[in-house]
Amino acid sequence: MDFLLAFFNSLPGALGQGLIWGVMAIGVYITYRILDVADLTVDGSLATGGAVCALLVSMGWNPWLAMLFAVLSGMLAGLATGLFHTLCGIPAILSGILTQLALYSINLRIMAVGDAATTKATLAVSVDRHSLLVSARHIRELGLHNPLLLLGLLVILVIGVLYWFFGTEQGSALRATGSNPNMARAQGINTDWSKVLGLVVSNGLVALSGGLLAQYQGSATIDMGRGAIVIGLAAVIIGEVLLGKVFRNFALKLLAAVIGSIIYYVVITLVLRLGLESTDLKLLTALVVALFLSVPYWKGRYFSKSAKRGGHVNA
Amino acid sequence: MLEVREAYKTFNAGTVNEKRALNGVSLTLKDGDFATVIGGNGAGKSTLLNLVAGVFSADSGSITIGGQDVTRLPEHKRAKFIGRVFQDPMMGTAATMQIEENLALAARRGQSRTLRVGITKGEREEYRELLKLLDLGLEERLTSKVGLLSGGQRQALTLLMATLKKPKLLLLDEHTAALDPKTAAKVLSTTERIVQRDRLTTLMITHNMRDAIAHGNRLIMMYDGRIVIDISGEEKKKLTVEDLLAKFGQASGSDEADDKLLLS
Repeated sequence: MDFLLAFFNSLPGALGQGLIWGVMAIGVYITYRILDVADLTVDGSLATGGAVCALLVSMGWNPWLAMLFAVLSGMLAGLATGLFHTLCGIPAILSGILTQLALYSINLRIMAVGDAATTKATLAVSVDRHSLLVSARHIRELGLHNPLLLLGLLVILVIGVLYWFFGTEQGSALRATGSNPNMARAQGINTDWSKVLGLVVSNGLVALSGGLLAQYQGSATIDMGRGAIVIGLAAVIIGEVLLGKVFRNFALKLLAAVIGSIIYYVVITLVLRLGLESTDLKLLTALVVALFLSVPYWKGRYFSKSAKRGGHVNA
Repeated sequence: MLEVREAYKTFNAGTVNEKRALNGVSLTLKDGDFATVIGGNGAGKSTLLNLVAGVFSADSGSITIGGQDVTRLPEHKRAKFIGRVFQDPMMGTAATMQIEENLALAARRGQSRTLRVGITKGEREEYRELLKLLDLGLEERLTSKVGLLSGGQRQALTLLMATLKKPKLLLLDEHTAALDPKTAAKVLSTTERIVQRDRLTTLMITHNMRDAIAHGNRLIMMYDGRIVIDISGEEKKKLTVEDLLAKFGQASGSDEADDKLLLS
């Protein structure tokens, strides 16, 4: 009984975490599912978003303005990866790793701005001293300052804007680039530009998520983004496995990634209550993602007849 | 309409796999010319087409389309002038997007992509009418994902997309080779109809000598990276497979024309 009570007590926290990482999962969805690129920049850009946001808030900036700059910093990171990939011809995965590595140094510097030290691995913000948009402190309170309200609205806003964007000419061109780059170029689409744009938008969202996370947990840390790509993938895949058959509409597919993220954090909360250490979670996450990613492959390999439905090539 | 001058292209230069694919090709297509291109494997047909389309650039030589030098333009910019259908039915369409979305993308070939809505209501009606021309029932499936279509349906759709916005030049790279004979014939007759209707300047590669003879007003045969035969006008109309084989023997100095790939 105590166990259940404690679990239910921690559900609002899981929901808050899930919504914040849901924004990040939407970013991963854009690169991984729409653009067909596994972008590893996000491990760095999440922390960059957190660092920029925490820094500006601690300097007394308006938190909305701080988040705007967090998003811009993430977009800049995406731009770097995009240019590595398209302008310099470096494979997408390696481009992301390069940016991510570079961001590690940059993030340490960002958090030390205005400080005596030249680098800093943690930057704390407090809801008592700074104006924060979301804070875990109020997660179980009823009222307008409960972060779940704002986070829910933000998620809806992000999905709405992306739904509009991917319906435009530019957004369609981006989808075509991910679906079939040969066809896209034959139709006059600059696929390099599409890829850069997709990476910029994606990392902007990831940094937004980082900015929210820093406020929510009360600090930005250098390793807050470690393994973020895998968590994002887990959310996307859980959402697809559970809701892919029902959610056909594009907006709903994005929502599925957010729901996947929430489910991920509910499960994490559960296993933590069951006695796992928080440091074990990365292992668990990696195993879950590996398992879900291998299912379609094994299915195709050993049940090829049932997997080939509708895929006939010949007329 | 199209002018290729002294085009050379060598792949893997300086390695053991060095392959001289184009060996000084010059070709001029007049406005409204429909040229078929034949030749054995490795003759340079596809290389020529890809060079014109801008998939890769020539080692030397120049390419002009409609009076504009496009030699240095990247592929997506040349697309403004060129409609293309590929050999692989998977290559010309976006499988994860709807039929109408694919058409809408093609309708904007050569235009800058804005933040306006990607497909309008009026377009949908227009596409429904156009799809009826294909006679494949696709007009009832505007919102189906293209990945659900058969190879023949996808090739027909790609053809429609390539000509939706009238191109200065239509490039067909063995676009019926991957289809079964019945479907291939249907796609080919649709091709003929659209090319005639819009008087499109067309370059069509084929492996099939009979198709090459039956279609177009001009026939080009390539061998070893060069154009060895170029027949047009009355001579092309009267041409038979036997004539062509004899001519090829003379031009190339070999009996390779018996190559069954040419006769298939």
